[in-house]
This record gives sequence, structure tokens and C-alpha cells, in this order.
Amino acid sequence: MLHLNHMIELNEVSRVFDVGDQQVAALRDIDLNIAAGDYVSIMGPSGSGKSTLLNMIGLLDRPSSGIYKLDGGNVTALDDAQQAKVRSEKIGFVFQSFHLVPRLTAAMNIELPLILAGLAPAERKTRVAELLENYGLTDRGDHRPDQLSGGQRQRVAIARATSMHPAVLLADEPTGNLDQTTGKEVINLLEQLLEQKVALIMVTHDPAIGARAHRQIHMVDGQIISETAKDA
Amino acid sequence: MKLTDVARFAFGSLRGSRTRTLLMIFAMSIGVASVVVLTGLGEGARRYVVGQFSSLGTNLVIVLPGRTETSGVGLGMMSGQIPRELTLDDAQALLRSRTIARIAPLTIGASQISQGALNREAVVLGSTSELLTVRHMSLSEGQFLPAGDIKAGESVCVLGNKIRHELFGQGKAIGERVRLGDRRFRVIGVLASQGESMGMNTDELVIIPVTSAHMLFNTSGLFRILIEAKNRDSIESAKRDAEAILLRRHDGERDVTVITQDAVLATFDRILSALTLAVGGIAAISLAVAGILIMNVMLIAVSQRIKEIGLLKALGAPATQIRNLFFAEAILLSFIGSVVGLMLGEVGVLIIGNMYPTLPVAAPWWAIFAAVGTSLGTGVLFSVWPARRAAKLDPVMALARS
Repeated sequence: MLHLNHMIELNEVSRVFDVGDQQVAALRDIDLNIAAGDYVSIMGPSGSGKSTLLNMIGLLDRPSSGIYKLDGGNVTALDDAQQAKVRSEKIGFVFQSFHLVPRLTAAMNIELPLILAGLAPAERKTRVAELLENYGLTDRGDHRPDQLSGGQRQRVAIARATSMHPAVLLADEPTGNLDQTTGKEVINLLEQLLEQKVALIMVTHDPAIGARAHRQIHMVDGQIISETAKDA
Repeated sequence: MKLTDVARFAFGSLRGSRTRTLLMIFAMSIGVASVVVLTGLGEGARRYVVGQFSSLGTNLVIVLPGRTETSGVGLGMMSGQIPRELTLDDAQALLRSRTIARIAPLTIGASQISQGALNREAVVLGSTSELLTVRHMSLSEGQFLPAGDIKAGESVCVLGNKIRHELFGQGKAIGERVRLGDRRFRVIGVLASQGESMGMNTDELVIIPVTSAHMLFNTSGLFRILIEAKNRDSIESAKRDAEAILLRRHDGERDVTVITQDAVLATFDRILSALTLAVGGIAAISLAVAGILIMNVMLIAVSQRIKEIGLLKALGAPATQIRNLFFAEAILLSFIGSVVGLMLGEVGVLIIGNMYPTLPVAAPWWAIFAAVGTSLGTGVLFSVWPARRAAKLDPVMALARS
């Protein structure tokens, strides 16, 4: 079968951890292709390897074996600095516990990836202002994380994740620390990114949220046991 | 990441944990301040001694009768001769050297000095008018010994400040007569009070013409000849000339010793400089201790900020950048610590200077550079390990920390 060029291609990717003198496989021979604009949810019980898969795609972890191609390039072969550059330019993260830097204001948290990438201050300023506006945070720009509600914090985190216009957005239980209504708002914000052809990959426990994804992947024991497509 | 952003980020995280930052700055600044104060004291002591020496006179060469070295059985010993005296003619002969600016022969003795019913013991110095210049003395009243024929032996004297007040009180001294031994002398001048200088108190001196002193003490020899060389560079040749002239005059016998004040001064200078270096080194140890403290606190900071480090990695910061951020923090800390320490040190030096006004306390420039350099150096050195540790953190583990 002929494949189109995929954004993300995992070929027989495995990840083995050493626990004491035992070896535990967190991922076993994963084959997965994700295209730009895809909306994928990853579900499964705790310890099934969902987060490890997400970290693998986000280049925070390296496969023990197998090949990972991002945008056609083999990223498994890259060194630390090169991987960091790929993360900076192509990947955005949204975490369950937001991971905002507590001493920095909302605006400065959003600016962080732009600072790390070495953008000029003027460029940074306009982008941050734009993002604050887009996520309804204009009057919260100089608030610190502890002065923000949970929903606002996650909006800051999403704004930060998208500040470098990534091709892939990885969300690990993005609604896990939010109530239902705010959770839904956050999901809506994430889903809006699909219009910009961002590949959205989300790990979740919540079947209702998982069911919104176009592709739903179920994992058990480090393997993908099934993939279902959303009923149109 | 731009350098200004690195600095701003580091500054931000320092401000984020204020107590920790203040404590570290405090430790660092105490180290720097102690280097400044201790070297300042050492340098002050050195300058004090050098100052004392130069108050004796500048470019001074001193001739002493006799050899100071042990010699074997010589002709003089066989014939029962004592070393030849230094005479006034010897002294005047020295002026033939082109490198010698002026000379002052010295004869010393002790005598009873009396005025009316008052009398006391005093050190009597026989010399010439040149002594005033050679020995850097100054007068508070009248004039010094008259220039002219040094063999004239006028009956005039110049009194030390204390003796003048003991003999005449508030009354007029100039033109009055005092008795020294069995001779009467007219007071023509009074020395300004200089206090103690290298063991000789000029306030309790009586100075009379050298020939008068010879008559008074019934001698003909000189105690010392003070020579002032033309300038600093000619000190050595003045010494050689003096030796050569006296050798010729004493029929080829080396029976005088010529020393330069410079040689003595240089020895003191070396000893005290070494001392300053030593106390500075001891103070630098406290800087090293501050460095270890910085390392300790940085390690704690790394483990406290594990999540932040993981996040920075996830946001695309390579390991080198994380390392640089921690480096920048350490450098910033050391720098602020140094500046505060320099200020503390200067205040300390100022206070000591006020307490002991005679001691010219001031930290030498090299000590200031060394203190700041050591502080920055230890700051960087001791943050290598914490920074590497931060850079090596596994982002997955770091982010998973709760």
C-alpha cells in the first residue's frame, strides 16, 4: 500500500526500561502514522504506555529500537541539541498540571519559547500580545500563575505551546486538573488548532473527550490494540 | 537565546528566591570584604614603615666607622691599633663625588643642659647646617646652625621642642643662653615637634655645630656621616664613591662601613609585602568557602527547580542553554557579592583609618582585582557541577515530578 508523506511515522518503535534487574517494555513495536491536521486521542489503562508514546513523539524520550520520522526526517538519529531545535520549532506541549513557571507572569510564560528560540524582542512582543488576545487573556498578561484560575492557566499553557506555530501539538491529560465546563472550553481551544493543519495528539482517561477525536487509539501493555475512527 | 535574555532570566530566578540570594550575596561579600580589609591593613603597615624610613631622609647613604664584618688577625690588631676614626676632613672629602649632593657629619654624646636653676640630661648632636635638609627636619622658631666654616665651632644651639618648653616654658627662648657641660651656648632655633622617628626623638635633642661638639666631648671622630645622593638612581654610585674616597684617605684600609637606607628599606618592603600577600591569601580562603556555599545552594536550586528545567527542555532548550542559565545565575551572584563586598571592605578600611590615623590603610589595587577575580572564579567553578546536573536531567522524569 502506498503511503502519502506523513507528518509522523513510527516504525516498530520500542522502549524498554530497566527496573532493578528486570527489563520492562513500555512500548512494543509501535507502528503509527499521523498526518498534518489529524486529531488523535490515545486511551488505555494506567501503565499502558500512553505517556511514553507521547513523550516519544515529543522527542523527550528516545526509542530503544525502531525508527521515528518527523516531517520525512529521521529524528532518532539527531543529537540532543538538534532534537531541542526540532522541539522548539515543530512541537508544542500541553500538560495536565500546566507547568507554568510560578515566578513569571502569564505574558512572560507565553514568551518563554520565543526567548529560548532567540527571537528579537519586538517580534516577541507582538506575538505575545496576539496570543493573549486570541486566548482572551489580554487583561491577565501581568498576572502570575497563582493569581489565575485553572482554566486561565491552561489557556496560558496552550498559548505558550502554540507560540512557535508548531506542526504537532501534544496534550497529556489537558483536562485532568479542570472541572467539566472549563475542560470543555480547553478542548474547544485545542480543536480550533486543527483548522491550521496542526496534528493534535491527546492522551486522556476521559472516554467522552477521547471520543471527540477523529482517530482513537487504544493501548494495553505498550501495544496499540485497536484504532477506531470517529463515526461521521 | 540572546545574552541579555539569559541575564534577565537568571536575574529573574535570583529574585524569585530572595532569601537564598541574599544569603549567598552576603557570604560572597564577606569574603571579598575581608580580602580588601586585610590586605589594606598589610599595605598600611608597609606604607607606615616606608614612610618612617623616608622621614629619616631620602636617597640616604650612611657611613659608619669600623668594619661590621669579622676579620682575621690583621696588622692593626698586632700593633694594638683601634680602627681609624672618621674625621671631618673625611666628611668634606666626600663632597668631591659628583653623585653626592650634600653631607652631614654627626657626633653624638650626652650632656647636662641647664638654664638658670633648671637642668636635665639631653642627647647632644654635633652636626652642620646641612643636617636640616638631609634629615628632613623643620624648625618652629629661629634658624638652624649657620652655614660656613664647619670648623668655626660657634657657641650656638638648636633645641628640641620638648627641651625648649622644659627650660623656657612659655617664655622667649631665641637669643637666650643655656649651659652644656662647661660651655655656654646661645639658642638660635627650635625644632618643630616631629615626635618619634625610627627610635630617635627629635623633641629631646640639642643640636650644636660639630666642632663645638668635638670640643665639648673632647673627641675628634665622627659617629656617622649622612650622605644624600643626587637622586635615587645615583644611590649606588654614591655608595661606591664614598667607599673609594675613604679607602684612599685611609691608606687603602677598608675600615669604614657604608650602608644605604634603600637596602634596609627594600628588606622591610619585601617582608611586609609578603605579609600582605599572606593575609590576603588567608582571606581568599573565605572566598573559596563562599564558593562552596554557592555550589551547595545551586544544587538545592537545581532540585527545587527540576520541573522548570524539564519544562525548558520540552520548550526546546538544549542542554547547553540550561547550563548557561545556571552559570549566569552563579556569575551574577558572585558579581553582586563582589560589588557589595568591595563597598563593605572600603567602609571597613575607612573605619580602621579613622581609628588609627597614623596607619595609611588602603587596599592595593591588585588585591581588589584579585578579590573580585577569585569571587567570580569560585562562583563559576563551583556552579559547573550543579549546572551540568541541571543540563543532564531527563525531561520526562523532571516533568513527572510532583
